[in-house]
Amino acid sequence: MESIPDTIARRTARNRWLLLIPALAILLFAASGPLLITLVYSVLTPGDYGGVEWQFSLDAWFNVFMQRDIFDDTLGWSDAHLSIFWRSVKLSALTTLACLAFGFPTAYFIATRPKKQRDLWMLLIIIPFWTNLLIRTFAILELIRNEGTVNTVLIALGLIDEPIQMLFTEFSILLGMVYVYLPLMVLPIYASMERFDFRLVEAGYDLYATRFRVLRKVILPLVKPGVIAGSILVFVPSLGAYVTPRVMGGGNQLMIGNLIELQFGQGRNWPLGAALSITLLAIVMVALLAYVRVAGNEETPHG
Amino acid sequence: MTKAISARALRKVYPGTPPVEALGGVDIDIADNEFFTLLGPSGCGKTTILRLIAGFEHPTSGSLDMFGQSLLDLPPYKRQINTVFQSYALFPHMSVAENIGFGLEMLGKPKSEIKSTVAEMMDLVQMSHLADRQTSQISGGQQQRVALARALAPKPRVLLLDEPLSALDFKLRKNMQLELKRLQTETGITFIFVTHDQEEALTMSDRIAVMSDGAIRQIGSPRDIYDHPADRFVADFIGDTNFLPADVIATEGERVSLRLGSGKTITAPARHAGGGRVTLAVRPEHARLEAEDSGLLPGVLSDAVYFGTDTHFHIALDDGTAFVLRQQNSPDTETRFAKGERVSVSFPGEVAQVLRD
Amino acid sequence: MAERVFDIRRQTGFTTIAIACFAMLYMPIILLVIYSFNAGTSIAIWEGASWRWYVSAWNNEQVQEATLRSLIIAVWASGISTTVAVLAALATTRTRRFRGQTAVFALINQPLMVPEIVTAVALLIFFAMIKVATGYTGLAYLIIAHSAFCIPFAYLPIRARLQGMDLSLEQAAADLYATPFQVFRRVTLPQLWPGILAGAMLAFVISLDDVVITEFVKSAGQDTLPTYMLGQLRRVVTPEINAISTVLLSISVTMVIAFTLLSKIRK
Repeated sequence: MESIPDTIARRTARNRWLLLIPALAILLFAASGPLLITLVYSVLTPGDYGGVEWQFSLDAWFNVFMQRDIFDDTLGWSDAHLSIFWRSVKLSALTTLACLAFGFPTAYFIATRPKKQRDLWMLLIIIPFWTNLLIRTFAILELIRNEGTVNTVLIALGLIDEPIQMLFTEFSILLGMVYVYLPLMVLPIYASMERFDFRLVEAGYDLYATRFRVLRKVILPLVKPGVIAGSILVFVPSLGAYVTPRVMGGGNQLMIGNLIELQFGQGRNWPLGAALSITLLAIVMVALLAYVRVAGNEETPHG
Repeated sequence: MTKAISARALRKVYPGTPPVEALGGVDIDIADNEFFTLLGPSGCGKTTILRLIAGFEHPTSGSLDMFGQSLLDLPPYKRQINTVFQSYALFPHMSVAENIGFGLEMLGKPKSEIKSTVAEMMDLVQMSHLADRQTSQISGGQQQRVALARALAPKPRVLLLDEPLSALDFKLRKNMQLELKRLQTETGITFIFVTHDQEEALTMSDRIAVMSDGAIRQIGSPRDIYDHPADRFVADFIGDTNFLPADVIATEGERVSLRLGSGKTITAPARHAGGGRVTLAVRPEHARLEAEDSGLLPGVLSDAVYFGTDTHFHIALDDGTAFVLRQQNSPDTETRFAKGERVSVSFPGEVAQVLRD
Repeated sequence: MAERVFDIRRQTGFTTIAIACFAMLYMPIILLVIYSFNAGTSIAIWEGASWRWYVSAWNNEQVQEATLRSLIIAVWASGISTTVAVLAALATTRTRRFRGQTAVFALINQPLMVPEIVTAVALLIFFAMIKVATGYTGLAYLIIAHSAFCIPFAYLPIRARLQGMDLSLEQAAADLYATPFQVFRRVTLPQLWPGILAGAMLAFVISLDDVVITEFVKSAGQDTLPTYMLGQLRRVVTPEINAISTVLLSISVTMVIAFTLLSKIRK
């Protein structure tokens, strides 16, 4: 005979799961479940016109990293793919650093405004964040393309004769990503800084620290959680960026996202696309786990 | 007695690392039409018992009955019990009248009945002029009365009050104490009152349960608790007490002979079996100040503090214990003794409470 | 010479960088808006002010179709995801730790953690299978896909609001004989609605703005406004794009302001 406390516990759990079923069903169907299917597809053979043949094959996974030389059949690293991976990691890292360099002072600035002003400044940061990614990328595009604002102004001022090719370079992708992801860096750093007690800074100055030292030794360690959160929030999405490299990089400067799309378009290699997709997911998961580990350690109070 | 609430071996453990035993196997009987108080410091388990009776928590084990029916499987909305919350928990999006009528509305009472009962309740707590106000616009004391009216409107058989007066200022609190007492007598509803204020408990209750660390130390009328505390905790928690070490010499039926620290002997009512070392509890107002050689316990008068209605004498007894003695001031008392003078403390054996250790 | 008060909060150069940032954030957008009113066809050379691009966008059949489709999907997706998120928030907030809690939170927040392209590809594959099996190529795929990734966006503001609500109010209602459903309807909901509205608005905007998942999941000809714009970027770009962008921008800005005001409501 079940005891009353157990019955009640069971009933509470049942009610909870009933409430959760609609959300979980939709998510399993249209978010998580399909990931498993992707995994399955990654070990099949590509079909002739796209799609797959239901035949087991590890070729796709092989092709993620390696390639077979078409002339002498030797095995080698897939230069094309590896250079794309490298570009993605490089650009994401640079984006994160640039966002940090700009975002940290910005967050600091907002956090040091009088209380009533802060909400207004935050609103100014949040508005771009809510704006369509495409629109923001397009706005930068208009600035730096050959017939765009910057070049037109420079030519008009007589500083240059020919437009500077800024678009379709790694620089333009970097610029686009920094522009798009900057608010994501500012928000968590600001959240950390808002809670910061500036009396500690007073103490620092009282104890003969210079401005820079106060920043380095007093402020920075205490807002580290926000900095780390912001870095992850920028690094992870930029690694999987698709729209920005497509618009800003043209067809030449591919990042992982574009490489994946290629397999479902011209490339007609769905299994490879699936494998690449899972690889990206794995990298992201590792980055997130690293964050959780680091953030977890930050929770322990300093002495 | 007709038992309104009856609990046996009631236990509540909260999960966690480590698990917290808020209530450890408690037995309690609360009578119908009684003003019963659960008294103790925070964390003693008094609020836990209340929440178990209301139905917001479920006991880990034990039985809990109301008028003979088990409450264990009933959700709160099926129990004829209403609660006055410590934070009042008034619905902010409803007016005073809507708040008071909420319970009746949930019970499906007809509109006309709701209207008249609400009016009756507002009269009872003198809030009729504020019927349509939003609850955020009234004062703390008024909110408290609305919370009370709301809980009384559905005419429950048991009313639970969770430290309802703690947020009120002194004068308002005194008034409300009388109000609540009057309401209980008038309505005949069993009131179960939780507080940490022992003065409040003594003033209002028919019976008090003194609790600490998840257990009940003593249940009794205010008089019982005050005059005959069962153990050291109760004696210390209620009012002021002096604790004196003593040795049992002999027990004869209802009385026990004790030797005090000074060597003098007294006889006191026997409370418990057993001998050896015991602790005596003596109330400050039950002792007298006498000249050095005539009393039971000699010492030095270290301080005399004047309090208007009475004077508190602090005596450092020869055996090292500190004793506080209270004497009511009257026009013809003069201070017979000066600070620093040697005196002695005396008291009749009747007032010495032998405590369980 | 005025004495400079030592401001403990000032760090060298920070204010300059911050102001520069704000300027850089808004300049491209402001230029984009300005040029939407350009009378000429260039997106860089100003030739006077005109409404012509707004008019041409308005009359553009493809734009009309794409807009309608975007709105239909956004309304459905925000409706479904918000409803489902309310239930989920009720189940997971203000309770003690329950078994499977980490997994549930991981599932709900998945769209926030997994890169969009990964989800887009997964859905492409999955829905392709279903399309072959059933032959159905309607809007349902897009609606479900959008509903899914909108769930965390609806969930978070609702959960935040719920956590700030005093549990004793619902206990008081239950104490006064309200059944769980009545408690929800009469006490929880009246206080929760700002959070629900905020969640719905966030979900709406997120759905309206989505590019990647929509691009991969849509069938031929099923453009939404963002995918239409993406397609246009490959061809000759006229200020018509600026006009459409400006309109979308104004919707976003309005929503953000409304959302912020909603978050300020205390009851």
